[in-house]
Amino acid sequence: MNAVDVRDLTVAYHEKPVLWDIDLEVPHGVLMAVVGPNGAGKTTLIKAILGLIKPAAGEVLVDGEPYHRQRDRVAYVPQRGSVDWDFPTNVLDVVTMGLYGRLGWIRRPKQEHRALALEALRKVDMESFAKRQISQLSGGQQQRVFLARALVQDADVYFMDEPFQGVDAVTERSIIELLRALRSAGKTVVVVHHDLQTVPEYFDQVLLLNVRRIASGPVDEVFTEENLRTTYGGRIGFMSLVRERSRAATPEAER
Amino acid sequence: MTPEQIEIQLVACAVAAACALPGAFLILRKMAMMSDAISHAILPGIVVAFFLVGELHSPWLIVGAAIAGLATVVLVESISATRLVKEDAAIGLVFPVLFSVGVLLIARYAGDIHLDTDAVLTGELAFAPFDRLTVGGVDLGPKALVTMLAIGVANLVFILSFYKELKLATFDAGLAASLGFMPAALHYILMGLVSVTAVGAFDAVGSILVVALMIGPPACAYLLTDRMALMMVLSVGFGLLAAISGYWVAHWLDASIAGCMATVVGVVFLIVVALAPDRGLVSILRRQTRQRWAFAEKMLTIHLRQHEGLPEESRENRSAHLQEHLRWQADFAVDVVQRAVEDGFVVERGGFLFLTDAGRALASEAVVDA
Amino acid sequence: MIELLLTDYTIRTVALGAAILGCVSGALGTFAVLREQSLLGDAVSHAALPGIVIAYFVTGSKMSIVLMAGAGLFGALATGLVLSVTAQTRIKFDTALGIALSVFFGLGLVLLTFLQKRPDANQAGLETFLFGQAAALVVSDVVTMAIVGGLALLLVGVFWKEFKIASFDREFGRSLGLRMRIIEALLMFLFVVAIVIGLEAVGVVLMSALLIGPAAAARQWTDRLSLMFGIAALIGALSGVLGAVVSATASSLPTGPIIVLCAGVFVLVSLIGAPHRGLAWRWIRDWRNGRVLRMESVLLDLFALASQHERPDYPHEAAVLDLMANPIAGSTKSLKALEDRGLVTRVGESQWSLTQAGVARVRAILEGMSAGRRGDN
Repeated sequence: MNAVDVRDLTVAYHEKPVLWDIDLEVPHGVLMAVVGPNGAGKTTLIKAILGLIKPAAGEVLVDGEPYHRQRDRVAYVPQRGSVDWDFPTNVLDVVTMGLYGRLGWIRRPKQEHRALALEALRKVDMESFAKRQISQLSGGQQQRVFLARALVQDADVYFMDEPFQGVDAVTERSIIELLRALRSAGKTVVVVHHDLQTVPEYFDQVLLLNVRRIASGPVDEVFTEENLRTTYGGRIGFMSLVRERSRAATPEAER
Repeated sequence: MTPEQIEIQLVACAVAAACALPGAFLILRKMAMMSDAISHAILPGIVVAFFLVGELHSPWLIVGAAIAGLATVVLVESISATRLVKEDAAIGLVFPVLFSVGVLLIARYAGDIHLDTDAVLTGELAFAPFDRLTVGGVDLGPKALVTMLAIGVANLVFILSFYKELKLATFDAGLAASLGFMPAALHYILMGLVSVTAVGAFDAVGSILVVALMIGPPACAYLLTDRMALMMVLSVGFGLLAAISGYWVAHWLDASIAGCMATVVGVVFLIVVALAPDRGLVSILRRQTRQRWAFAEKMLTIHLRQHEGLPEESRENRSAHLQEHLRWQADFAVDVVQRAVEDGFVVERGGFLFLTDAGRALASEAVVDA
Repeated sequence: MIELLLTDYTIRTVALGAAILGCVSGALGTFAVLREQSLLGDAVSHAALPGIVIAYFVTGSKMSIVLMAGAGLFGALATGLVLSVTAQTRIKFDTALGIALSVFFGLGLVLLTFLQKRPDANQAGLETFLFGQAAALVVSDVVTMAIVGGLALLLVGVFWKEFKIASFDREFGRSLGLRMRIIEALLMFLFVVAIVIGLEAVGVVLMSALLIGPAAAARQWTDRLSLMFGIAALIGALSGVLGAVVSATASSLPTGPIIVLCAGVFVLVSLIGAPHRGLAWRWIRDWRNGRVLRMESVLLDLFALASQHERPDYPHEAAVLDLMANPIAGSTKSLKALEDRGLVTRVGESQWSLTQAGVARVRAILEGMSAGRRGDN
């Protein structure tokens, strides 16, 4: 069974398809990169998987069960720029928000929850910033706070939207360390990623996306120049892929 | 119609047209609420100018109002430039404070003069014909009419002369600046015109109705066209419509003319929102429904195409199977298949679906333009 | 003034009422300001006017609770219209707000003219909704407002965590499975309640200042949401009390504008004087940084000049340093300050040289610079 199964996922904005018929299998315990050009629908894919955008068709299974029944096992790291960092709150408080889902309506976070949040901050080396106002953080520190907020959820599957965007080299290294630690703990991590060069170094699996799924699977099999050219270069990707697939599936004798 | 009635309508039309012109730029520049701020904040300008010249009908009052209007803009911009307060909060703070200053100045030092705060808010168009402008014994018509016509002409001249620059500065201030068009200067001139228009209209319809006439008609026009020139013309048209029908509604109900004009603006706006071709709610809804079906039919053809001639075909193209594979509700799947059959994209034989040539063409076309 | 507050029964009632109104709207305004919906309050308060008139028409009652219900209904209607027109069409938020506030207000005026024609017209008091009339509050009004406002604040307390995440990061909240739409609708409802409560004190025109002012001022004093909420409530209450008392003592001054001016003064003081965020702090910080930078650059200039020679304390003309320094600031003041710190010393009439301590300081600065450069990479 896979950690995540996406089947026939299609998202349309008015008539324009943003994601078209995506099938994706994410095995347990892998680091998977989602790459593709701007407007390829990378963020949309993650949001659709998480049910933040209503798909036109398709379904998402986590561990073989519909996503909405497995929500507690999934954590989300949105893009850093999606919130107002001048909001009056401190680092510990933001991390504690990761526990709001588990707390449910009305119940307030208690000392034990703050302890969990501190623990998560320790994992991203931000413990000493717990009481810091969030507007005083650098980009890399903001990113680590968001990671800690996802860590505190103690999920099995993590979806991260551009966690390496605009962070310094030191932070990038520590984030990748963290992702590897998650993988060794048996977690599954799906990351929207921009830097093609680091894909083979950082990730086990890759999804090449450009409105359609161009290819997905182990990096050394899928991350080929031809696939990349299809992803970033041409518009004709899908049909040629279909043709290729049907040729491969047709027994030799029938040709 | 009595001459008074005609004159009231003329004044109303002049106000509406003069307001609609700068209003169109306000909504395109996402500064609609600035008209609200300016139309309130000019009050202290009028009051202070009145204290200085001691006369209620002096043109200096208009100057005072224009200065107060510009001061509002500058104040809002400099407060939000500190980044301690967001721009919308700055607007919402500045104009009540300035307006309060005006109200208090009147209450404290000018309680006995004709500068009634209620009238400032609501205006009274019905009295416009009685305040006439005579030059050398010749009656030139109601003062409000002359004033508003002059302001309207000034707006028109400014917009016609700087149409290209205004358009560019509205669309891309950075480019305008790099081409040397001084978007900042245009911005302040435009805001000055908004202030002058507001003060002229203020007398006739009151400050809040200025907002209705500045924002409402251009918003209607904005839903009907993408062309800026046409939008300006339509804005004026909607303004005139609101002015005249507002007057007659007020006449019929025997109610506040300004209030009725604003209400008509609202009704017209709701009608346009609902019925505008292309951008109205009805057509959006219809388009969405149509697109949903068209999209579903395309998905069906692509699904079938993908598995055509492959070993799993017999499994994937069973019509009973679709809901599972495309994650559709059962009824929806049935409807889609029926539509696709009707449109000649698909044929059904013994519970299996097969693409027609048209269906195959649709699939490839859909995939290419996706 | 304080004496009056303690002894005069009427003024005490009024002040208490105004305090409650200010407190509730100030507190709820916090969320509006943070969610960038400040101007929605302006639209809602204007839209309340026809609601108030219709409520009076239908019931003939001027009881606060009845008028509040009418106002609330129309406020909610306007909010719903604004939000759905913005969501469904190309009309922008600000345009929708402008139309809603002016059209609903116009409708209110039309209805008011009908009211004035009624023979039994005892409508005096309705106009007070334009500018507010805290001075006319009676005990029963105050009790009503205390109950409604108290309930609103209580609900904020109960749903504190939900409101916080809805305001900071609603998408993340949704990913946690929290029902953001319900939470936002509730928050919007409480917002309308706060506006409706405040209307009686400051009126429809000026209401937005009572929502935004306290929150905008409070934001400058704290970086914590709970404190911001509390301080905003306090500032709102203080503005209310001050406004009510001034208006009650100085004859013929309407309450609303005075309350708004009080709130405005709080904002001004906070923007300038609040520790850390305030403009005064920023100016002082910039000035200090500038002075230190200028001193350091003069020190470095002197060192650079001296390094052309065999010894680091080689003296140079002040005129040369002036040429090298910031053209406006010059070097005279910086040299004096450096001399006071024992880093440079005057040689002869117009020449200056580094002292031992000065050379040591230059080395430290240079080391700090290169360490900083390393840290950047």
